[in-house]
Amino acid sequence: MLNDIVTGSVFFGAFLTVGSYSLALALKKRFGHPIFNPMLIAVLLTVGFLLLFRIPYQTYYEGARYISYLVTPATVSLAIPLYEQLEALKKNYKAILAGIVTGVMSSLLSVLALALIFGLDHKEYVTFLPKSVTSAIGMGISAELGGYSAITVVVIILTGIIGNLFAQPVLRFFKITDPVAVGVALGSSSHAVGTAKAMEIGPVEGAMSSLSITVSGLLTVAGAMIFRNFI
Amino acid sequence: MKYLKQFLIIIAVSFLGEVLHYFIPLPVPASIYGMILLFAGLASGLIPLAAVRETGMFLVEIMLVTILPLMAGLIDTWEIVKDSWLKYLAITFITTFIVMVAVGKVVQLTMKKSAGKEEGDA
Repeated sequence: MLNDIVTGSVFFGAFLTVGSYSLALALKKRFGHPIFNPMLIAVLLTVGFLLLFRIPYQTYYEGARYISYLVTPATVSLAIPLYEQLEALKKNYKAILAGIVTGVMSSLLSVLALALIFGLDHKEYVTFLPKSVTSAIGMGISAELGGYSAITVVVIILTGIIGNLFAQPVLRFFKITDPVAVGVALGSSSHAVGTAKAMEIGPVEGAMSSLSITVSGLLTVAGAMIFRNFI
Repeated sequence: MKYLKQFLIIIAVSFLGEVLHYFIPLPVPASIYGMILLFAGLASGLIPLAAVRETGMFLVEIMLVTILPLMAGLIDTWEIVKDSWLKYLAITFITTFIVMVAVGKVVQLTMKKSAGKEEGDA
């Protein structure tokens, strides 16, 4: 019965998505504990609901894709918090640029090293090369290089989730506390999903993370073209 | 009118991003071109902050919501990764942590170094 109503509904998917996230944020506000990571809780609520009522993902996505449609204007709008932190950007541009270049190089090099250790073939290797950048760029690079772009998307999403979940304890452990450093680290390692965490932490973190997505995305396009030749 | 105008500018910039994506043969999405265009517009004064701020900040606030449907799609991916999932998971975890820590350390050290230099100059 629920499945009948839901199939053919345009707003069910959108409602479940916005509802899950709002509930996740309310839980975070109520309990405050870092275990209530809004993104993780929202994903679990959405997926849990679909599994519980045996609603196929495709049915859900029929409506949810209208929410996803806003991802482009939302990403474009990241320029606004970035512009508001123009002073911090100007003041630290050397460190920010050094960090972003480090991010692109360490991502490509660590994928290369692990691909050798785990014995990945060329097709698998290029699938992982663009793992740190935002999914639209990464998918494009992977397809361009002849990788499994569907797996690239999975790996990129997972990278974002890992960054969003573990950034705070990991960065604290390594005594990385400066807001600019935290922001660039999040954006470089885990793209837009990491940036959502950076926005939660603070405005400087969010702005630096937004900047890192763009610059490291563009640098990775060039870097991956070179690294494709190594395996 | 205010919100309509703000929405119009953001959608127009998104569309311009798509136009650039069409003409530039690189795997760079419209959203990245759009972000660069909007930043350039704000920095040059061509687009005043007040012309986009509230609607833009609303979109930023719901950014995670717009990515959520894609993340929920992970439930359908088992079929394509089931043969090598452990290997893939290990690589994903390790590289993410390496990048995060390397970047954070480099930014912090570079900032400290240039701060030290400034003090030395003074």
